[in-house]
Amino acid sequence: MSRIAARFRELAERGERALVPFLMAGDPDLACTERLVPALVEGGADLIEIGVPFSDPIAEGPTIQAATERALASGTSLRRVLGLVARLREQVDVPLVLMGYANNFLHFGGREFARAAGEAGVDGVIVVDLPPEEGAELFEPLRAAGVDPILLAAPTTVPARLRLLARETRGFLYYVSLTGVTGARRELAATLEQEVRRAREVCPVPVCVGFGVSTPDHARAIGRYADGVVVGSALVDRLAATGAPDEAVCVARDFVAALKAPLREPACPTAS
Amino acid sequence: MTESAGVGRFGDYGGRYAPETLIAALDELTEAFYGIARTEEFQRELDELLRSYAGRPTPLYEARRMSEDLGGARILLKREDLAHTGAHKINNVVAQALLARRMGKRRVIAETGAGQHGVATATACALFGLECEVYMGEEDVRRQALNVFRMELLGARVHPVTTGSRTLKDAINEAFRDWVTHVRTTYYCIGSVMGPHPYPTLVRDFQRVIGVETRRQVLELAGRLPEVLVACVGGGSNAIGLFHPFLEDEGVRLVGAEPGGAGLETGRHGAVLTAGVPGIFHGQRTLVLSDDDGQIFPAHSISAGLDYPGVGPEHAWLRDAGRAEYHAITDEEALDAFQYLSRLEGIIPALESAHAVALARKLAPELPRGALLVIGLSGRGDKDAPQVREILRERARQEGR
Repeated sequence: MSRIAARFRELAERGERALVPFLMAGDPDLACTERLVPALVEGGADLIEIGVPFSDPIAEGPTIQAATERALASGTSLRRVLGLVARLREQVDVPLVLMGYANNFLHFGGREFARAAGEAGVDGVIVVDLPPEEGAELFEPLRAAGVDPILLAAPTTVPARLRLLARETRGFLYYVSLTGVTGARRELAATLEQEVRRAREVCPVPVCVGFGVSTPDHARAIGRYADGVVVGSALVDRLAATGAPDEAVCVARDFVAALKAPLREPACPTAS
Repeated sequence: MTESAGVGRFGDYGGRYAPETLIAALDELTEAFYGIARTEEFQRELDELLRSYAGRPTPLYEARRMSEDLGGARILLKREDLAHTGAHKINNVVAQALLARRMGKRRVIAETGAGQHGVATATACALFGLECEVYMGEEDVRRQALNVFRMELLGARVHPVTTGSRTLKDAINEAFRDWVTHVRTTYYCIGSVMGPHPYPTLVRDFQRVIGVETRRQVLELAGRLPEVLVACVGGGSNAIGLFHPFLEDEGVRLVGAEPGGAGLETGRHGAVLTAGVPGIFHGQRTLVLSDDDGQIFPAHSISAGLDYPGVGPEHAWLRDAGRAEYHAITDEEALDAFQYLSRLEGIIPALESAHAVALARKLAPELPRGALLVIGLSGRGDKDAPQVREILRERARQEGR
């Protein structure tokens, strides 16, 4: 069983939903990311998504764009992110998932990347602009290397395609909560619950919701019908506002703890 | 030679590398393109608009003084600069705006580099009463201030893009972000033969009219096909439009002029077909300028319309297949050609088109006397006059010292 599957099983046994915080690797530098990840775990993170910076991130809002620019300015490359994961693997046992854009992974080479990711201890990979129809050259070697290719579904995904994505994804299905780019939002989409319930009906693996999830209240609301929540921009915004790395570590840990708390509340009947 | 099987593939290039949120919209557009745009009724309406509104067919003009000066081929200019709004861009946008209206989309977005596609889109939206928003890099807003005013005059909203290199590639990023956000109500009118399927095919088909007319006009003029076609390539829509109806004619040499910027050796250029590597960018697999980590780096060209670190996937395929060849033309050569055509023929070309003129100046003397060389004169140069004036003034100042 993959580390991701094992983690979701443990959570189900404890009646919890997953909190999946997102950090951009190398924002503002890799040494800082290496300190922040254990802090997220300490705060209660169940899985961690690590962003791989790409020069042209078409699905990102201003927060992640700015984080990307900081990460690139500090010299972050996919190769160095793999080095970071290998070092983190010695320190933490949470599943580590990379999230990025097709060109970095495929420029590395599908097979070569899959092998390097497996060796570094990467548990899953999310590629924003690589739908399953185009993904074979990366996804097949990843699966062979024991790394889960995690697919995204969106509110615009039609039912037949949702079934395809549900069948093809590994680890979990990443449900995009809104039609839009990443970024903190005040409100959740009104139709989200219905959409996520529909996705869970057809999906053999857990469904996590991301994009716009910003507050413990959001986490609580989504935790009633999803298997997990991904929080990216709201965390990145908070970290960007901090000064010294020590302060960032405290902010990260405390914010994650606040987001995780409602996901420990007793599961509703539909949570698996 | 035909496109290989598979969805929107040109050999290994093309495809649909798009965020999941856009997949349904791309499916919807594909369906509309193959379902609506290829019907006789749509074609009739489009043909009529291209005739009475856009000014087609554009003339094929024999440039006698240039031919004589170069002492080789007979130079023929396909005068897209005479089309409404001053460039070939109008062909594509009238068709896409017509399609958007048929699809029931009331809001149209576009990216623009030099501003020509933005102006054309704003024009077509005014014509059909559609809401229009254009993304343009801040650097290009500065370089092409007149086109910004034109777009506003036509009722469009122009959003200066301040991220990344502040040029065309960043304008496209921002247009994609807008589309991801407003995908249900918005039509994204891409300006070149690039992006996720179906755009490279769709824009090509809407630009084929250039080559279809050229073919007929050359046959009328000379009773045979031309030996050489030359066109500039940024994204590559005017080049594909000119080349495509001649793909099966093996005797017709297809030559693209791409932006060599300050020179290939300087790294400051946009010569993707000469110096690029395969990559995935803006929804397509194509040739790109990227570093060892797969980060796209900004292109450089004197011409805002060619300032793009990727290229339409069909060009990448034509290059690999050996069917078309591509040569880099430097800023300096383009600037010379800009003045050359102005003085010799009384035609001020766009700086983009000046790249094609510059390449033709190199090719023509080597061709047999009487060989037919067609230059795709994709646009007029009025928009570039202030920029060129600045450059020439600065030069005169330095030489005067």
